[in-house]
Amino acid sequence: MDWLFLFEVSLAGLGRGGLYALTGVAFVLIYKATRVINLAIGEMLMVGAYLFIGFGAGMALPLWLAVILALLGGALLGFVLERTAIRPLLGENPISVFMVTIGLSSVLVGLVEIIWTANPRSLPDLLPRDPIFIGDAFVAPKTFWSFVIAAGVIAVFLLLFRFWRGGVALRATASDQGAAYAMGINVPAVYSLAWALAGLLAAGAGILLGAISGASSSMGVFGLTVLVVVIVGGLDSVLGALLAGVLIGWVESVAGVYLGGEYEQLFTFSILLVVLLVRPWGLFGTREIERL
Amino acid sequence: MTADRHILEVSNIEVVYNHTVQVLRGLSLQVPEGGIVALLGSNGAGKSTTLKAVSNVLFLENGDLTAGAIRFDGAPVAGRPPHHLVRDGLCHVMEGRRVFEDLTVEENLIAAGYAASGGDDGGGSGFELVYEYFPRLFERRRAQAGYLSGGEQQMLAIGRALLGRPRLMLLDEPSLGLSPVLVEDIFTIIARINREQGVAMLLVEQNANVALALASYGYIMESGRVVIDGTPDKLMADDDVREFYLGAAGAGGARSYREVKHYKRRKRWLS
Repeated sequence: MDWLFLFEVSLAGLGRGGLYALTGVAFVLIYKATRVINLAIGEMLMVGAYLFIGFGAGMALPLWLAVILALLGGALLGFVLERTAIRPLLGENPISVFMVTIGLSSVLVGLVEIIWTANPRSLPDLLPRDPIFIGDAFVAPKTFWSFVIAAGVIAVFLLLFRFWRGGVALRATASDQGAAYAMGINVPAVYSLAWALAGLLAAGAGILLGAISGASSSMGVFGLTVLVVVIVGGLDSVLGALLAGVLIGWVESVAGVYLGGEYEQLFTFSILLVVLLVRPWGLFGTREIERL
Repeated sequence: MTADRHILEVSNIEVVYNHTVQVLRGLSLQVPEGGIVALLGSNGAGKSTTLKAVSNVLFLENGDLTAGAIRFDGAPVAGRPPHHLVRDGLCHVMEGRRVFEDLTVEENLIAAGYAASGGDDGGGSGFELVYEYFPRLFERRRAQAGYLSGGEQQMLAIGRALLGRPRLMLLDEPSLGLSPVLVEDIFTIIARINREQGVAMLLVEQNANVALALASYGYIMESGRVVIDGTPDKLMADDDVREFYLGAAGAGGARSYREVKHYKRRKRWLS
């Protein structure tokens, strides 16, 4: 067995895992604050990538400005989706909300195809292109840098949840909405904030993903694997999204290289199945506390 | 500040759930500044609904205030979001304690402090006060709130409300599910908070004995309206109250259950 090759494949897998983790954190943020399973997360990511194309290539703005605008656009998208589509459904059956997010994903795909057509696009070059070696192993520079960025962003969010008092308020809202209201937490503002931040994260992940493998109107299926990631990690755990993202990315990459691309999904969904059987609340998810 | 000044005035409110079920039918009550008022009544009389109407969280259960007015500190409550009311000093300790189970005791307090201050207070400023009233919470501050005992959770719920430096606390059945010893402890602390912090309290209770021991005035509700009100002495002297709420037999000593015709008396109150 070629250990160096395995190492390189693993590094590539970790790079992909970083993006899973980043998108997973966006998903978890929404779930944590509003208990909404947001199936449109992959499409929010796609919109981020296309916004970057629009600002960077279409309007030919400087790339740093295009990145910032695309991130803000993603945040605005999250905010608007929550206000218009999710907020009116507060208190409704979770399945209804879940279905609405499926609908939203179709709407977003449609919008992107109307504006940018359904043809795949490549993004303006954003990440450094110098080859990177860790020891003797080669890592694709795009993969490396996207992993570094994703890891940095996730670290910031972990700290926010732990130490920023607004993060604690967000967790409180997730735990008991009614009590949060009665205690003076501005619940609607928390919801808006969670969706806007998630939109921003998803847009960031979309730009990175697009930089690696180009943008297309079907890149939202990325969200399907992210769903596996967050279920494995625990729907409401940022740390779980991080570790499960890296794990799934690695498994996919190794399985894809050694067994063939068609085995990638087999392995990820097998992991999902095992976790659901053994620990339905995920590796790091909160188990409902029942006092007897 | 005269004795007549009321921090809370509820006049003739009606509340309807789901546009169909009328729960309150013209309920009125007042809470004097710094006083304790007990609101008693059987299950389903509308006690909790009254509190939710005051703290403006009815919409969570699809309830509407269809008539009447509620004034807190002289200003109408209508149209003010719950978090503004909290910041103005109106705290609602909901029935069933409702602590944030996944958070530690301290994080519960952090969230409460953050909320009450609108996010701009340095943090931890009110914690000493809470820990002073509830030393037990200090011992357990790193414990996950979901694993606290019922009494400790109730302490946490009251402590959380205390962080908002309230001027009026709405307490919804603080004795629920607690042992008699704990009930006494909790009520002793509630009395201290009232005395030392000058917090007015509207106390909803099933346990009429403890509530009336504390309160300076009491209302008894039945089917969405007040049927009797008065000072604790007056209420305790009332035969119906004694029989229905205090567990004492009315005139004539022990009687067989067969002879007790509750519904007839209730009907008299309703008419």
